[in-house]
This record gives sequence, C-alpha cells and structure tokens, in this order.
Amino acid sequence: MARWTKVKNNTKINLSDIPGMGIEELKKQIIEMKMRPVGFFGKDWGFGCVRLFVILADDANSDLYISSAIFGPNDKSYESITQDVPSFHIFEREFYEQFGIEPLNHPWLKPVRVNQDEYQFFEMEGEEVHQVAVGPIHAGVIEPGHFRFMCNGEKVYHLEIMLGYQNRGVEDMMLKNHSGQLAESICGDSAVAHCIAYSQAIEVLKGIQISNKSQLIRKIALEMERMAIHIGDMGAISGDIAYLMGAAVFGATRTLVINTMLDLSGSRFGRGLITVGGVNYDLSDEFIEKAIKTFDKVGKDVDRMVKTMLKNSTVMSRLEKTGIVSAEKAKDIGLVGMAAKASGVELDTRFDFPDKWIKELDIERVPFCGTGDVYSRFKLRYKEVKESICMIKKLFEKWKEYKEEPLVADGIGNNYIPDAMVISTVEGWRGEVVHIVMTDINRKISRYKIKDPSFNNWYGLALAVRNNGISDFPLCNKSFNLSYSGNDL
Amino acid sequence: MFDTLKTRIFQGKQYIKDIKNASISESFRGFPVLHSNMDTSSCEGICPTNALNLNPLSIDMGKCTFCGACAKVCKAVEFSNGYKLASTDREKLVVTAGTKYEDYIKSAVETKKEIVKIFGRSLKLRQVSAGGCNGCEMELNACSNVNFDMGRFGIDFVASPRHADGIVITGPITKNMAYALEDCYKSTPEPKIVVLCGACAVSGGIFQASAELNREFLDKYPVDLYIPGCPVHPLTFINAILSYINDKK
Repeated sequence: MARWTKVKNNTKINLSDIPGMGIEELKKQIIEMKMRPVGFFGKDWGFGCVRLFVILADDANSDLYISSAIFGPNDKSYESITQDVPSFHIFEREFYEQFGIEPLNHPWLKPVRVNQDEYQFFEMEGEEVHQVAVGPIHAGVIEPGHFRFMCNGEKVYHLEIMLGYQNRGVEDMMLKNHSGQLAESICGDSAVAHCIAYSQAIEVLKGIQISNKSQLIRKIALEMERMAIHIGDMGAISGDIAYLMGAAVFGATRTLVINTMLDLSGSRFGRGLITVGGVNYDLSDEFIEKAIKTFDKVGKDVDRMVKTMLKNSTVMSRLEKTGIVSAEKAKDIGLVGMAAKASGVELDTRFDFPDKWIKELDIERVPFCGTGDVYSRFKLRYKEVKESICMIKKLFEKWKEYKEEPLVADGIGNNYIPDAMVISTVEGWRGEVVHIVMTDINRKISRYKIKDPSFNNWYGLALAVRNNGISDFPLCNKSFNLSYSGNDL
Repeated sequence: MFDTLKTRIFQGKQYIKDIKNASISESFRGFPVLHSNMDTSSCEGICPTNALNLNPLSIDMGKCTFCGACAKVCKAVEFSNGYKLASTDREKLVVTAGTKYEDYIKSAVETKKEIVKIFGRSLKLRQVSAGGCNGCEMELNACSNVNFDMGRFGIDFVASPRHADGIVITGPITKNMAYALEDCYKSTPEPKIVVLCGACAVSGGIFQASAELNREFLDKYPVDLYIPGCPVHPLTFINAILSYINDKK
C-alpha cells in the first residue's frame, strides 16, 4: 500500500508525503481497497493542471488513506469510478462541476449546485405515470430545494432532488476570509459541529494545542446540540403524522435544552461558544447543577412521551415499514451518520475515530441494528438522546478535574504551517462533518473543502420514498431531516 | 388513552403568558450598549461582518451577528439582554454610544394606521428562505411552538403566498433563489408587507462579500420591517410583528 499515505483524523499531513499516481491506477486501487470515500476533490495545481485528492476511511482501524492524481491541461475526462463504486456518485458530480473534468459513463451526471437551467430530469413515460413538482419554496418554514416525483397514482416510482438554491459560495469565502462565524453559518442546525471541525483544522495548521477543559466543553456542546435537534425532530415527525401531542411535548422539551445552551453561550444554538484555540465561555458548578436537573427532566419527559406515543397503533402504522433503505443500499450509495445507523450500518465518527475522552470516560458504542424505516430513525433519535444525557454527565464530572485550565490557548499567531493539509472530522448530530484544509508554501490557506453529511445522504432520501405513497414523503423527509445549506454550501 | 391524559397533565401549561415582557436569560446577547471615551484599539478588524465602526463608535445591528467577539476584547462594547431589536427604519438599526435601549424601543418601530386597521387582528405570513442557514428558519418554527405560541395573536405562517399578507425573508438572497423569491412576492396579493429577518437578510450578514448573492429584489421593492439577530430569537420576532401591527398603548 505504498501508494497511499495512512493518516489520522486531525493531524498535520505534509503535502509532499501525499503520493500521486495515474487516474487509471487510482481507480483500480480504489476498487480494490473497498473503503468509504470521505474526500474526493480537486485543487488547481498551476499551469492548467488539476490535482485530484482522494481520501478513504478505514473505520474499523480509525485510519484515513490519502492519495492523488494529476490531470494535465489536456486531460479533460476519465472513466468514472461510480460505475464500480456507486458511493462516489455525488463526489464525482461535484468534481466535474468544479473543475470541468468529466467522469465518462457516470450514470447520473447532473449539476450539483449551479446551472440549474441545464438540469435534465429523469422522465418516465406511460399513460398512468404523472409528475409532481414541488419547490423550491416548500409549504413549511424550511430551506429551498426542488423535488420531482414520478408517480403512478399515489405511488412514487422515483424521486429526483435538485438542490443548489442555497449556494452561497462558502468554500470560496473560507479561502478569502475565514472565521468561526462563517463556519457556524454553513449549516445553522449543526453550528457547533461545523465550528468545531473548522477550529480543529485551523488549530492543527497553526500548531496550537488546546486545553483539556476546552476540549470537554466542546464535547458537551456537541452532545447538547445532538440532543436538542433530535428531540426537535421527534416533535417534527409527530407533527407530520398529525400526532400533535408529540409535537407539543417534544417541542417544549427541546426548548429546555436550547435554553440551557443559551445560559452557557448566549445563543440558543451555541453560536459564539467555540473559537480557534478553545472556547469563549466556561461552565460553573451552579450551571452544572442546574443543567443536570434540566437534563434529568428532559430524559424523563422524553421517556414518558415516547412510551405513550409508541403504544398508539395509529402512530406505529405510519412509522413502521415506511421509507425503508436497506443496509445493503445504504452501504452502496455511501450513507453516513444517523441515516446509515438507522439502516444498520454502524458509522459514528465518535467511536470510529475516537479521541482520548471516549476511552478515558469509558463510553462504549451500543449498536443500534436499525431496519432502515422511519420507525428506526425515530427510535435511533430516542436512543441517542438518552446516550447524550449520560455522556454529558460524565463530561461534567471530568470538567471538574480540569477546572483551573485556561479556556483559550496562548500564542495564537497568524502563521500557518506551510505546505500542509489537515482532515478534521466531527460527528455532528446528522453524521460526519468533514473540513479539509490545505496551505501553500507562502503559509496561506490554498484550499478549503467542506463535506456536510447531507451531501452523502440526500440520495438516501430519494431511495427511501420509492414505492411509498406520495403522502408519506413529508414524513420520510422529516425522518432524514437533511440540510440544504450544508449540501449547497 | 389514560397514558395520553397523564402525559397531558404532566405537560401542564407551557406558554409564556406575557410575551411583551417575557424575561430572557442574562447571558443572551441582545441590544448592544456602547461606552464612548474608551480605548477601542483592540477591536480593530475584529468584527467579522464590519458591523462595528470605531470612529465614531457605533454598531449596525443589521450587520451584527451578535457573536460577542468585540465585547470579549474591549470594554467599550457590551451586549445587554434586550431582545426588542426590530425597526421599521434601516438607519435606526445603527446604535451609537448615546443610544439607550428604553429610548430605542419607543421609537424603533413606527407603524401606520392602515397597517393596524388591515392586519391588526390577523396577519398571515409566507416565509421564504433565500440562502438561510436553517438557524432563522428553526427559530421561526419555534415561534409557533407551545412556548411562544404566536398563533394566539392571529399571526401564522401559511403555505401559499396567495393566502399571505406578507413575506418574511431569511438568508442573504442567493442568485439561485432570486427568481423564486420575486415570484413569491408577485404571487402575494396587495396590500402586503415585506419583513427581513436576520442579519443575512437585512445586510447580507456574514455572507455580504459572497459572489453568489443577488440582492436586487431589495432595490426593487420596499421593505417594511427589519429584524436583527443571528439567528432571530422568537421573542424578537414576535415582539417585532406585534409592535408593527398593533398600536402601542
């Protein structure tokens, strides 16, 4: 395996250590290695050349493998990898869009974020097939995206999702003037996760070591975000099946969690809490006492509501066997995070790429063994809320040991390590948030690549609604709750 | 059935009774308080959205993301927990050293008699996310939950612009959403209002330098209400709308 460099999450990689090979060879090896893609992106390599970086994850051993291929000014195409490894489909589409190098024989080569006018929808013909177009502006207060259903009566044959309406050019902006505030605005519901990924990457490239205390506070914030959104989503799923009791109770319970976040950080979503070098706000004994009481209440409220709700046969008939994505399909198309776990594919960056706290606090992965339907995604949220409460309590205890440490590390300069790269992966509530940052010889950031878990998972939603009634679409959509802005950047 | 009733009883009453005077956590970063005659050199270049102007000292709440970076390094800026931030006048969002919160809320929202007459008892809004990051969207959804319960004042979000009395815009307005936004505005029957919600919508916020925006819509059509925040807190939003459609008595 000399042609791949083995690296760890959140460590500095010298660009000169990254091997290169021809694209044909690279493709062959990707197929042989049978690993999951984490990054597949290009970078301008000067003189009209483009260098393609590929990062694969070996989750069982907590390793990342990285390699690359260079395209000369006249190389404008290559045989697509998607034909053999379907999980590359969206990565290759993005690469094509950004650099104009065409993956030949790609089965689904369509725009990702720009040129929506040129988008060609898949069409089915037949007397009884009809199309339903929805969006970009949806019925609820949510982000924009266009959905097109091919239906036979009520039954959905195929759903095509066209996104890109939210494209704000975040990657470009990150190059010009990056900031934690910008990272928080990539995807507002995962503000903490994105800001941690951003901060970790910058810290590695600046050679900063942050204190144990701030590491713990970051982890606490991340788990609180997970809890809050999961409870909110359980309420939203209840709302979509017109079980208003659930919507009301979960909604009120979520408020308790985000108001605790407000007490800590001054923002209900933890904005302004995380900064390069540490965190801006500290816990206190009073805060911990209050927070533990609140979370105990949250745990009880959620328990009571979930039990009541799942006893109800009308609820179960809507949730069970709706919007199924099988484990095999989930693996094939490369789902990550929550969507993968609910389908029985245990991917969780917290455990696949553990930091020292996971071992020190004795936090163990409990497999979920989901069946891939809406019910699984609902139950998974419930399970993760309970786990997060336990984890936060342990983290609170640990915080007391490091009380005296500083919040923000000293000596944060403006200098980056030259010619380096870092891969920073954080498990947000939706799945792995990946920020990949590169510097050039002049100590400037030369490439900023962001991958939100939604980028992998949107296609999962398209598969989930196949052969379901179109009226179940909102429910399936809510059970995934994917980010438009995280995908469109 | 019995369980459901039991849960209902445990749930109790959750709504905030007096939404105009609701209390909010001390740590909430709301209305900025500026002190003149202090050394502000440490704030130079710290504001990610250029909301902070040092000479003379002022903060443009329309650009401010309330991240607190300036208050962290410099004593001249403090954030109070005042949450009534909205204004009908873009200029008024610029807070200077002399501006007091009490004075600001008295004069910030100026409503018209016709607005009160037409929308005072019922206002249906269509929300359009034009590049919003889902922060403001989640907070707008929270406005309708059992705690804030905006529906009791006759204010609701509706699905169709045809049913709406106005549109609420979140996000910096991306190129790709510009057409849909204008389409939605045109589909809303007259008389209608336009509300800009959040720093992104008011000024572009953190994305003001992005090349992917198209904010021509705002040059073409009048804006009635500016609501600062990043994201906008539900109390900020509800109070803004209430003071706009009701006479302050």
